[in-house]
Amino acid sequence: MSDSIPITVEFTGGLEILFANERQHKISLPARSGDGNPSNIAYLLQYLVDNLMKDQRKDMFIMEDNVRPGILVLINDADWELEGEENYELQPGDNIVFVSTLHGG
Amino acid sequence: MDTLEDNCASLRAQIASTEAQLAGLKRDLANAEKAAAAAKSENIGPAGNRKEARIAYKQQWPLEQEEYKRYGRQMIVSQIGLPGQLRLRSAKVLLVGAGGLGCPAAQYLAGAGVGTIGMVDGDTVEVSNLHRQVLHRSQNVGKYKVDSAIESLKDLNPHPTYIAHRTHLTPAEAPAIFEGYDIILDCTDNPASRYLISDTAVLLGKPLVSASALRTDGQLVVLNNPPRPPGDKHGGPCYRCVFPKPPPADSVVSCADGGIIGPVVGTMGVLQALETIKLITTPCDNISQPKDSPAMHLFSAYADPLFRKIRLRSRRANCAVCSSEATVTLDTIKSGSTDYVFFCGSASLPSLLSPSERVSPRDYLASQSENDDSKGESSDPSSKSPVLIDVRDEAQFGICNLENSINVPISTILASSTSSEGLPSWLPPDISPGSSNPIYVVCRLGNDSQVAVRKLKDLGLGQNDRFIADIKGGFRAWREQIDPEWPEY
Repeated sequence: MSDSIPITVEFTGGLEILFANERQHKISLPARSGDGNPSNIAYLLQYLVDNLMKDQRKDMFIMEDNVRPGILVLINDADWELEGEENYELQPGDNIVFVSTLHGG
Repeated sequence: MDTLEDNCASLRAQIASTEAQLAGLKRDLANAEKAAAAAKSENIGPAGNRKEARIAYKQQWPLEQEEYKRYGRQMIVSQIGLPGQLRLRSAKVLLVGAGGLGCPAAQYLAGAGVGTIGMVDGDTVEVSNLHRQVLHRSQNVGKYKVDSAIESLKDLNPHPTYIAHRTHLTPAEAPAIFEGYDIILDCTDNPASRYLISDTAVLLGKPLVSASALRTDGQLVVLNNPPRPPGDKHGGPCYRCVFPKPPPADSVVSCADGGIIGPVVGTMGVLQALETIKLITTPCDNISQPKDSPAMHLFSAYADPLFRKIRLRSRRANCAVCSSEATVTLDTIKSGSTDYVFFCGSASLPSLLSPSERVSPRDYLASQSENDDSKGESSDPSSKSPVLIDVRDEAQFGICNLENSINVPISTILASSTSSEGLPSWLPPDISPGSSNPIYVVCRLGNDSQVAVRKLKDLGLGQNDRFIADIKGGFRAWREQIDPEWPEY
């Protein structure tokens, strides 16, 4: 097993503002988290906050150790609830999208 | 003479007789043609009784002549056909919101011949709506949006029945209003309304076509489709299944604050009309069959591809509305015990500054001219020259700004850490902890400017008795007190 997993992370619906105004980020995620388990979405969230998010407003992305309400997490274009939520183990080439819900109309 | 006159009379008689014969032939032909057409549509043989065929023909045309022409171009599409057109005519559709989504959605539904169209909105038309709310005309500024919209819709198609609900949708009234319709369109702009609409639609068994838009992006989802009673797993998910918890109120951005490109919200409204037409015209036995997994469509004007489809979950086993463990009922909605305002919260106002940390536009201007007057006398004028920071974003700064102001968007300020060690790079070069020149902060309405002042003080820039204040009321107050020509956008 390689040391890192190449994945694509995208932010839309205004969340990109928290990530240097870039929608798409190609990252190499360590294959295992600190405790030696395969990297899952929960680890990815922590990784994004620690490494990719320059904005100080962490609570616009994470609340109570989870994605804040109003953000959909998509694993390869499916709601993460269909894939095991934060326990889903990331695979090389995965596409993870964070979508903030819009309310304007 | 007699023979000539007899000849003339004979010729007249022959003409009259021939004309009578011709008229008789024409009448026979017309009858034969009608009978043939009726026979064709009735599928009865040419031997069928003419008189009966004519009566059957009259009963056969369910639409008015004008309607065949009006709806012909969509009726000849196989997915619609005459049955689809008749379903559209007997359908009753309610649009909640007559704005950027509701206008284009209603326009296409009225055009398509939906028989009853209701619209709910308590707002009046503003000039800033016109770039995207395509049913409203400049002359209707100030009028109820629903009246303005229905005026345009009647112009477009006089056949449907239009119903105006001149009110903001309230929990007390929602169930009674929704009762009279088959399908609900959520064209609103805030989370509290979205939860109320979804809950009411689920409890009354109506499918819900929901859309939203902001800046360059839009989202579309058909909820409670198929509409099944709470507890039935085969029903489509509702808004609460997808979003069980509302977003923090501070994270909700409106079109007025965030902006919106007209065709972006227009695209979403048009798609709502399309999904509604599909729901109405798809025969019932197809609707009751298991559907593809529920999906949301994301539109992003500056992305490639423009559209993206995401698969959503099905009904949530513990959903507060559509599961067997539901706690929300029509009674809790009507009585107010399901409190949508409390559930969604309201945005907290920024921590207010004390009066000594705020100056009115008038006082700011006075202090500026004082400063100009004293400049000539002072030995070291640069040490006291004030700095004006405009914390609106770049696009707004580009629309109008004050001479000598420095643009530092509030998002940049908030993105930096509050630690005073290592000052953030966005600080204008002539501000340093050692200097004492006053700092003024201005924004659009006077909220972000207060947040920015607090942040500057947290960074330790208020030392040396430096004066840091915001301009109270922002550029809106500036326009009222100083410059009536300051652009109001």
